[in-house]
Amino acid sequence: MESVTKRYADGTVAVDRLSLEIRDRSITVLVGPSGCGKTTTLRMINRMVEPSEGTILLDGEDIQRRPVTTLRRSMGYVIQNAGLFQHRTIVDNIATVPRMLGWSKQKARARAAELMERVGLDAALAKRYPYQLSGGQQQRVGVARALAADPPVLLMDEPFSAVDPVVRKGLQDELLRIQDELGKTIVFVTHDIDEAIKLGTMVAVMREGGRLAQYAPPAELLAGPADAFVEDFLGADRGIRRLSFFPSASLDLTTGPVLPLDATAEQIAAAGAPWLLVTDAEGRPLGWGEPRTLTAGAIRPGELLPYGRPFVPGTDSLRAALDSAVLSPAGHAVAVDDAGRVTGVVSQAAIGEAIRGAHAADRADEAKVAS
Amino acid sequence: MNVLNFVQAFFSDGAHWHGYDGIPQRLLEHVQYSLLALALAAAIGLPVGLLTGHTGRGGNALAFIATAARALPSFGLLVLIVIVLGFGLLPVMIPLVILAVPPILVTTYEAVRSVDPSPVDAARGMGVRESRILFQVELPVALPLILSGLRSAAIQIVSTATIAAYVSLGGLGRYIVDGLYQRDYEKVVGGATLVAVLALVTLAVFWAAGRLAVSPGVRRR
Ligand SMILES: Nc1ncnc2c1ncn2[C@@H]1O[C@H](COP(=O)(O)OP(=O)(O)OP(=O)(O)O)[C@@H](O)[C@H]1O
Ligand SMILES: [Mg+2]
Repeated sequence: MESVTKRYADGTVAVDRLSLEIRDRSITVLVGPSGCGKTTTLRMINRMVEPSEGTILLDGEDIQRRPVTTLRRSMGYVIQNAGLFQHRTIVDNIATVPRMLGWSKQKARARAAELMERVGLDAALAKRYPYQLSGGQQQRVGVARALAADPPVLLMDEPFSAVDPVVRKGLQDELLRIQDELGKTIVFVTHDIDEAIKLGTMVAVMREGGRLAQYAPPAELLAGPADAFVEDFLGADRGIRRLSFFPSASLDLTTGPVLPLDATAEQIAAAGAPWLLVTDAEGRPLGWGEPRTLTAGAIRPGELLPYGRPFVPGTDSLRAALDSAVLSPAGHAVAVDDAGRVTGVVSQAAIGEAIRGAHAADRADEAKVAS
Repeated sequence: MNVLNFVQAFFSDGAHWHGYDGIPQRLLEHVQYSLLALALAAAIGLPVGLLTGHTGRGGNALAFIATAARALPSFGLLVLIVIVLGFGLLPVMIPLVILAVPPILVTTYEAVRSVDPSPVDAARGMGVRESRILFQVELPVALPLILSGLRSAAIQIVSTATIAAYVSLGGLGRYIVDGLYQRDYEKVVGGATLVAVLALVTLAVFWAAGRLAVSPGVRRR
């Protein structure tokens, strides 16, 4: 988008000289307070709104030069509340664009069935009508319908804002998975900064009056907000949230205080730690205990305190590791493998060290980019 | 003698069941006038209602015309038109159509306008053309309301089509007009009963049409 402005008939400037380069095969999130011009920006991309000034290029070509229906059919469009067709069954809703493009009924339905699976909808829902689906399911249908003709671009306007947080998280994870598999170019509008940070490859923060406040990858946004507006918009816990972008793989794990249920008095004494993590026969964590309260040889689960929420080094971030350490009565995070077996524990101090290291590495990266 | 006796007497008289003044013949005429008037009214009201409803423009003008048309007394209009045009089918059709257009026009306009805007927005964003949006997105959802407009128009036509008898045409109005003239109250009540029954049949026909034409997704059952 090159210096795009939208002035509505009543004089409202919804978007003001916005320049944005949207990367192929990535998720670009437009985020900002209500009325800052996110929807207007999105709708200019499929020409539901025509810009007053500036140009929008798609693969180097001005979108004004494409017939509007051709342009729109090459872009999936997902809106809040899904906007399903009440009178059509779920398969027929999804098959809308393929049918319009002249596919046979059979082929379009087969494609719809395939998409239902991709977005995590039970095939049994195919013959239902929209009113028979929950809000979350309807939204999945909306996404499937947008993907039906396999468009390279997907435009999404607050698609998940009308569903509850648990369903929303499921839909977000699903979108990330779909993006991984299909590599679409997605432009996603939301007013929820957490959603923006979770989904965005790049995040464009907009402010009132339709101006771009900052355009950066989410980690960079959290590390260095461009101004007070962005900082304020990012909200509290910016530092903690930024930890989501640091890997936990480099943490040094120790197995010293990890003991099985049948640990002997000598083993307990030898561990020499104020808190011991006791595991079951398969090595899964059971809980923390202080040496003096444990029955040597046959530790009972009743003697143990909960171990909080373990993290998986390599998969989870430093944020998960820190959270685990903070939850643990011993001040140590519990690391497990994919099967849930303890691979070691790590202290808050060690995590703090890793955080400082990650920050330093990040600064060094930035310096390299700058020079 | 009460009304029920009249009704019983009228319908049990074998002479009323055949001939050019028999019940089947009069019923057929009445249905023909009604269908013709309804078709003409729909041919005017539906396209205009659909188009104005889709674009959202012209709503105020519509409401004004509809109210004005409703204020016209059908019988008075008939007399006036007969004076100007003379006897025939046309003078009967004009007041019936004027009576029926407003409910069709106004409900169709309202029905299309009140369709949830988000599926329409989604369809437009997917590159569906405007005509298809109207007929394949808005119309199916607006259909129950549109049918209710047609239904009230049809009921009004069926009961008002009795005026045809005043200009020497047939239909069930014949019994009422002739009965009054001949002071044959059995005939009057019989004719009125037939009109009422036909109105009920009309209701049933529209109920069946709704069941057949409206998607279960819109009916919600
Ligand atoms: N059709 C229109 N005519 C006039 N002004 C409009 C129109 N559509 C939007 N606006 C105005 O343009 C500005 C931006 O609107 P837009 O819908 O793009 O905001 P948004 O960021 O999507 O907000 P929200 O988060 O509430 O959806 C607002 O001030 C709005 O009132
Ligand atoms: Mg919006």
